Amino acid sequence: MTDTLTPVLTANWGDKAPWKIAEYEKQGGYDALRKALTMTQDEVMNAVKDSGLRGRGGAGFPTGMKWSFVPQSNPNPKYLVVNGDESEPGTCKDIPLMMATPHTLVEGVIIASYAIRAHHAFIYIRGEVLHVHRRMQQAVRDAYAKGYLGKNILGSGYDLDVVVHAGAGAYICGEETALLDSLEGRRGQPRLRPPFPAVAGLYASPTVVNNVESIASVPSIIANGPAWFASMGTEKSKGYGIYSLSGHVTNPGQYEAPLGITLRELIKLAGGMRNGHELKFFTPGGSSTQILTKEHLDLPLDFDSVAAAGSLLGTRALQIFDETTSVVRTTLRWIEFYKHESCGKCTPCREGNWWLVQMLKKFEAGHASEGDLDKMLDVASNIGGRSFCALADGAVACLQSAVKEFRSEFEAGTHTPAWELFPYEKSALFAASERTAVAASHTSLSTSEAGEGAEEDAKVTAPPPLLNARDADEVVVAEAEAAGDIPTQLNEVFEPKTNDEGGRA
Amino acid sequence: MSGHEFESYFPESGGVDYADTSTNIDELTIGELRELASRYPQARSALLPMLHLVQSVDGRISPKGIEVCADILGISTAQVSGVATFYTMYHRRPAGKHHIGVCTTALCAVMGGDILLDEVGKKLGINEGETTPDGMFSLERVECNAACDFAPIMMVNWEFMDNMTPAKASDILDKLAAGREVRSTRGATITSLAEAERVLAGFDDGRADEGPAAGPASLVGLQIAQDQKWSAPKPEATK
Repeated sequence: MTDTLTPVLTANWGDKAPWKIAEYEKQGGYDALRKALTMTQDEVMNAVKDSGLRGRGGAGFPTGMKWSFVPQSNPNPKYLVVNGDESEPGTCKDIPLMMATPHTLVEGVIIASYAIRAHHAFIYIRGEVLHVHRRMQQAVRDAYAKGYLGKNILGSGYDLDVVVHAGAGAYICGEETALLDSLEGRRGQPRLRPPFPAVAGLYASPTVVNNVESIASVPSIIANGPAWFASMGTEKSKGYGIYSLSGHVTNPGQYEAPLGITLRELIKLAGGMRNGHELKFFTPGGSSTQILTKEHLDLPLDFDSVAAAGSLLGTRALQIFDETTSVVRTTLRWIEFYKHESCGKCTPCREGNWWLVQMLKKFEAGHASEGDLDKMLDVASNIGGRSFCALADGAVACLQSAVKEFRSEFEAGTHTPAWELFPYEKSALFAASERTAVAASHTSLSTSEAGEGAEEDAKVTAPPPLLNARDADEVVVAEAEAAGDIPTQLNEVFEPKTNDEGGRA
Repeated sequence: MSGHEFESYFPESGGVDYADTSTNIDELTIGELRELASRYPQARSALLPMLHLVQSVDGRISPKGIEVCADILGISTAQVSGVATFYTMYHRRPAGKHHIGVCTTALCAVMGGDILLDEVGKKLGINEGETTPDGMFSLERVECNAACDFAPIMMVNWEFMDNMTPAKASDILDKLAAGREVRSTRGATITSLAEAERVLAGFDDGRADEGPAAGPASLVGLQIAQDQKWSAPKPEATK
């Protein structure tokens, strides 16, 4: 029986400086590379195939099989591209991995490139994570200096160059063909497939695009053997994976476990839901996967079980929300994300998500009309499956599942604002009292500065329209004032984290 | 208002600001841009890093930056500006010395990100998308920044400020305004957006060894496993 948690990738994250090459070598780092270089390329490929490793970036395609699709008869150079554009809402596993143990990824890159016979590899990392770039750039530099990269690696005759590449802010570049366009110095827009990247990817040459966690898993498979990897997990979802818990649990964070662990087990490990609250809904693998509810607490979180329940394992990004959360508000904010991140190439996605946002805002404000719900679902059904890539499908999955599970909350959007049904302060982590204190100090500041044109200034500095909580907040301020308990010192009232009693200091 | 009136889909579009032709790009910068182009099998692949370098030098994507990139890569200026205007990290007008991002995608928003953005905006006296008159701060509402287990989060020059509250954010902004040292919760000492952009372009700033290996939330599972003596199976046992 395998243990409940099985740290492999995360095993050294708590060490003093695990990002340094000397520390990595002390832990047996680059031994898997030495072993791989004694094997033939096909033996390495077969080991990964036999392990049953499926892509950790969301789609779950068998990694070894993806490698074997690279046509070795094609005379063009072969490329490996690592997808480190981690941007799917809820997903937060690759960033800490690259920050803590970048050499695990570098070693995986060398082994994978060797297997597919690539001499150039790229690690594409989203731009908005500065320190990750520093750590990855340093790791690659140090690997060159030690002879793990460059010409004639460890005397094997094998050459490999690796470039760490920064994106510049675009969720869509996590889609593999958009990523390739972006890496070619273009707008990141998905390509029509086929041809698939394995045949015509970067520079129209055979290319493998793999997620960070997939590639980082390779050294352990080579070092310990495919049977070791396959001894963890379920029959069709083998191995370990990092589960990322976020939201209303006591201890959000990273939990590395054999595939197939349940949310009930994970929430227990995370210290339960935050004090006094209960689970309302969660995403199994990021916002692009259909939301699930407490009836799915015992669902094994592996590829096939989650698919059978009508959702997707995705990136194991478990965003967990308690009963204080408005589903309408949350869905609006997810759809706003898709609207913002749509690359604009396909009309249904570009225009449709825009329309969904307009409609969802009406539901949030309690201004929706009878028939708007059906209209919104109709718009959604005209987006899904009608675009080049899965961004549109993800948006639709999120909306449709929210309506399916919580229809009555959307129906309430025809008469009652979401922030009245679910006062937003109650979902926030910090005490609303802290906010009222800050708000009160701002109010006095603006009053003292008020002069001519103050009204116009107020308009300019008014919070963005989505911050409807403002009105509710003013009520809270008024109530607090009436009760005479507006605190004067922020530090007196601030309690770090999880003061969820909110609103009534 | 029926709510169905036309609204621009890309409110921030409009391309590069050709009204402002100021630039700091000199021969040294051009040499560095050329070096970036030489790092790739096909030079155009360097365009995103090159634009990061342009922004580092000029504070925005400047007309001169567009021209120089196009010249080095042998493509048209329209092709370069087409790329520059696609990605959200590139600015049309100068951002502040410190660029503040507050995540308001669903989970962060619910956990307090909306309140945080509101408070930071009030504190700085600007709206999202604006820069303070003294050029010290700019504010952006960011989409999911891959730190959901540390929600709600704020970014300063693309360094993590985890588990943010209005009080903590206020303190950070006060310190930055006063020129005092601020450290990212999972990163290095805060420098400036210009220096950050230079690292993203691919030039080392010697700060990789600053900061922790991981934040507390990254370690919760590992901690439990160590306490319970849980581990992956021994390889020998699975042969």
